[in-house]
Amino acid sequence: MTLQMRAGDIATRVEAILAELAGLEGPLLPILHEVQATFGHIPSEALPMIAEALNISNAEIHGVVTFYHDFRQEPAGRHVLKLCRAEACQSMGSDLTAKRLQALLGTQIGETSPDGAVTIEAVYCLGLCSCAPAALLDGVPLGRLDDEKIIGILEKVRA
Amino acid sequence: MSTTTIFVPRDAAALALGADAVERAIAGQIAARGLSAKIVRNGSRGLHWLEPLVEVDVAGTRMAYGPVAAADVPSLFDAGFLDGKTHPLALGPTEAIPFLARQTRLTFARCGIIDPLSLDDYRAHDGFKGLERAISMAPAEIVREVTESGLRGRGGAGFPTGIKWNTVAGAEADRKYVVCNADEGDSGTFADRMIMEGDPFVLIEGMAIAGLAVGATKGYIYIRSEYPHAVATMRAAIDLARSAGVLGRSVLGSGHTFDIEVRVGAGAYVCGEETALLNSLEGKRGIVRAKPPLPALNGLFGKPTVVNNVISLASVPVILHKGAAHYQHFGLGRSRGTIPIQIAGNCRHTGLFEVGFGLTLREIVDDIGGGTASGRPIKAVQVGGPLGAYFPPQLFDTVFDYEAFAARDGLVGHAGITVFDDSADMLQMARFAMEFCAIESCGKCTPCRIGSTRGVETLDKIARGIDREKNLELVADLCNTMKFGSLCALGGFAPYPVMSAITHFPDDFTPARSATE
Ligand SMILES: Cc1cc2nc3c(=O)[nH]c(=O)nc-3n(C[C@H](O)[C@H](O)[C@H](O)COP(=O)(O)O)c2cc1C
Ligand code: SF4
Ligand code: FES
Repeated sequence: MTLQMRAGDIATRVEAILAELAGLEGPLLPILHEVQATFGHIPSEALPMIAEALNISNAEIHGVVTFYHDFRQEPAGRHVLKLCRAEACQSMGSDLTAKRLQALLGTQIGETSPDGAVTIEAVYCLGLCSCAPAALLDGVPLGRLDDEKIIGILEKVRA
Repeated sequence: MSTTTIFVPRDAAALALGADAVERAIAGQIAARGLSAKIVRNGSRGLHWLEPLVEVDVAGTRMAYGPVAAADVPSLFDAGFLDGKTHPLALGPTEAIPFLARQTRLTFARCGIIDPLSLDDYRAHDGFKGLERAISMAPAEIVREVTESGLRGRGGAGFPTGIKWNTVAGAEADRKYVVCNADEGDSGTFADRMIMEGDPFVLIEGMAIAGLAVGATKGYIYIRSEYPHAVATMRAAIDLARSAGVLGRSVLGSGHTFDIEVRVGAGAYVCGEETALLNSLEGKRGIVRAKPPLPALNGLFGKPTVVNNVISLASVPVILHKGAAHYQHFGLGRSRGTIPIQIAGNCRHTGLFEVGFGLTLREIVDDIGGGTASGRPIKAVQVGGPLGAYFPPQLFDTVFDYEAFAARDGLVGHAGITVFDDSADMLQMARFAMEFCAIESCGKCTPCRIGSTRGVETLDKIARGIDREKNLELVADLCNTMKFGSLCALGGFAPYPVMSAITHFPDDFTPARSATE
């Protein structure tokens, strides 16, 4: 029963997104971003609806969703920590920072912690290379990650 | 009672270092002390090692304090920083700080100085003068001005901007586009982000000029999703520009139509490649298209399209305002004008340094950058992002110029310089270059897709001391195949960081390394 309600709820919200964005030139990425912003991931129920509205095949949308690193097909944790893995951050010891954060948060890059508190994702540069190592926690930029800031991340995630 | 203006940057680098908390602390002190002062959230001056860099306008001179933490704020007020008084964090007049005083700021002339979302501020600092002049010119004259300035694409390939515009201007079509490439995926670069967050109207102005020059009515800015602040600032600036009649049916009352929309990427590095970017804008997978056809003739939705980097477009207003001769007077050889060099990684003075082409790497890294942040010796610098070569100190006499870098198997790219100290393991950096290529490959070419994965495996074998000679040869072979068998520079240039690491740092690839680990 609840599941059915949820499916209906998804359909209504996706329809609203489609009504707003389907008229754009090249609407697919804006639609997918909005769907993900709404649900935290791209629910599989949304794909056929988008396909029908844009008159493209399900397979094509699936191809797009899987091509881009940003789009998630599974829900993320309550917090999303994007850790920069690129060169400038490496030059400031980001590999060690990442190891410590993974150990402290009890989950690996690319995974969600068992309690659903946090998903850690790898990103390749946040444009914060002048204050490395860098990360984004729920969209908030963090630079020069040190012990104090790592503790700050833990507190936020566990709150 | 006069009101003092305090500047607290809103640039993402400043935010990452606590600028919002600093602003709250300052606002709290103003209220608690009953002072007459207002806070402006400016862009960054580019002195990132000093961020958050707070400035106070003292009788027309901006006095700098930094790096400021929220906890420092009460003591700044106690010391009288609103009157520019001294304090352990005082840096003196901002403009006199050597890192800033030595620069030639053309493209970044306003960045960090103005309120990024104030059209009045923008106008008061020469804003829209380039666009106003362009409106008074014939399209062909605008194109000629840009060509004569010597401006070359700042996105990496260094293609002359005027020549590209000329092709689009000459194409017949019912609709043309200007696409701004704000995908800025290269590690070590943040110039595009800084200008979008610190002076968004200059990009809008540059795109509008491009629209007039080539006859395009619609512009898209494709911003990577890793830049949420740049996206928000650009969108807000576009709305303001539209309300003020800068964008829309009649640009500044000229009768020419031009409007801009922001689109957000989805975390694919290859979408910085212009044809992959166009596919992405069209709602497809970001697969690279074969050229020809050129995007200039057959671009977005098959229409003639200018694709330019943020900095290329943001440099156009000053060229139109001050003239081609003024711009091209800076620089040397075939690299004209200024380049915003981004100093990143393990460096003492990190940030953005805009200057005419022609400094040596040594001047940039040692004199301006001040050596490593760790205080250890520099081992290598990578120039031009993940596809750029690693330079050892012996090659620090290389001059910052497109041709000089190419002559040393390197590239200027988007002008990012990442510094590494002697703890860097160059075999691991070579491996990362291959791994990154494998992760980000669009999959169209076998050498890029498969070669990079094999490259990772082979370098891992070398790291374990297995068949070193044979495997080094194999890596060189793989690189050769990637270089010549790849459609775009992702597979084609990944060999640069790999081979430069092997060539210049052979010790990191010897069996001895495994013994010492
Ligand atoms: C893999 C790859 C990634 C690229 N990334 C970017 C980028 O992030 N930003 C950019 O402006 N150009 C990037 N380029 C270069 C673009 O293809 C293109 O040359 C540029 O947008 C043209 O603009 P310009 O002439 O103003 O430099 C990339 C190229 C490749 C092959
Ligand atoms: S070189 Fe790599 S990224 Fe470029 S087109 Fe080929 S497969 Fe795609
Ligand atoms: S390399 Fe990490 S922010 Fe750029």
